[in-house]
Amino acid sequence: MSEKKEAQSKENEAKTTLKISDIDMRFKNEVKKIPGGERIMMCFQCGTCTADCPIARFSDTYRPRQILRMAQLGLKDRVLSSDQLWLCAACYTCVDHCPQDVEISSVIRALRNIAVKEGYMPPVFKELAGAIMETGLAYKIPELRLKRRQEVGLPALPKANVESVSKLFNQTGFSKLVEKGGNSNAQT
Amino acid sequence: MPKLKYLLFLGCAIPYRVLSYEISARKIAKKLGVELVEMPDYNCCGLPLDPADHEIMLTLAARNLCIAEQEGLNIMTLCPGCAGTLRKVNKFLKEDKHEREKVNGYLKDTGLEFKGTIEVKHLMQVLAEDVGLEKIKETVTKPLTNLSVAEHNGCHVVRPQKHIGFDDPENPKILKSLIEVTGAKCLDYLDETECCGAPVIGVNDKIPLSLARDKLSHMKAVNAQAVITVCPFCHMMFDTNQSRIERMFTETYSMPVLHYPQLLGLAMGFTPENLALKELRVDASKVVSLI
Repeated sequence: MSEKKEAQSKENEAKTTLKISDIDMRFKNEVKKIPGGERIMMCFQCGTCTADCPIARFSDTYRPRQILRMAQLGLKDRVLSSDQLWLCAACYTCVDHCPQDVEISSVIRALRNIAVKEGYMPPVFKELAGAIMETGLAYKIPELRLKRRQEVGLPALPKANVESVSKLFNQTGFSKLVEKGGNSNAQT
Repeated sequence: MPKLKYLLFLGCAIPYRVLSYEISARKIAKKLGVELVEMPDYNCCGLPLDPADHEIMLTLAARNLCIAEQEGLNIMTLCPGCAGTLRKVNKFLKEDKHEREKVNGYLKDTGLEFKGTIEVKHLMQVLAEDVGLEKIKETVTKPLTNLSVAEHNGCHVVRPQKHIGFDDPENPKILKSLIEVTGAKCLDYLDETECCGAPVIGVNDKIPLSLARDKLSHMKAVNAQAVITVCPFCHMMFDTNQSRIERMFTETYSMPVLHYPQLLGLAMGFTPENLALKELRVDASKVVSLI
């Protein structure tokens, strides 16, 4: 067997074989505590979510059913470090279609929230958080564009209370999470 | 009928990139006798940060709801993302005492407290439920009878059904009826209720662009002369990104993408200039020539 093939076969084995040491039995309880994640264990793996997911249709790897199963089994590191976790568009089709009333999209959001706490945060969220902290809005709107409002007959955009927003970032502990996200492991 | 009056929650994407939606929405609101009050001091609805942290989303949304409570007015949004978020959080905090107390704890230092005294609606809800189709019909002076269009509902206007409770997400009819009131024909097409893909464009562009292309091709297949949207993000996917999609797949769509208020505005007799049609990336003069 060539070296390359051997490496690939090892990789496949690693992907398909579950090791007891990789399993965190308490992980499901962590997910259940976050609003929307409560019914994670009700998922019986029918696959309706994946079959009806518009993103899964155009991705070779994004499968919400698999994400749910990994989380149920307690494959914490694998699910939290997965790039696929960030592909849900939150269109909520799966939530409306799930026969077990599992809010799949919300479970995925709960997993993302845990991933962020563990230091996995795609750069886009750091950017959004920075803009909201600085301006109150998710984008830093250039001055010229704000002035343009007047030219097209629109009232001035109300100024957000940045001081209050900043207080809320601190109160909820989100500021610290964003700082931590700066050392993100996420490759997405 | 009591005078319709709302706080206008503009959100972030519209003042940043989709002014034509705001310009046209204000025009039709005025014509329909809907008074829009500028929402003071608002911040992002919170949705963009939900994937990072659910609590900061709840708290940012709650702050907006508190401001509306202080103003004593219900909120109207143009963005389905903002509407969905504020509606869900409003309902959640009204029902869940524990979460309400927690969020109020975070808000305390800013002098605010969530009480649960207002409601939130998306433009489509205001039009369908509060203004009513009959009243809208009365304002149509130039029926768009030569026009056949496709609709694209924003997901968050209707989903998840158990939290939103507006229209039928599997067979949405309200945007269709709002379109038909203008005299235009609204066509059915394959995978009509599917998402445009916009929310993942920050982490992956190939998937959402493929998805939007698929939808555009289905709209084209039924000979739609334009797409009608009610969401700034869907609009950006189909209008702003259409040339990118065309380059990526070496195809041509030339599919004008109008905000619903632009369509209704044309039927009300506003000029294309009044409704900022020239701000659209995809040339909409074909649509105007059919009026």
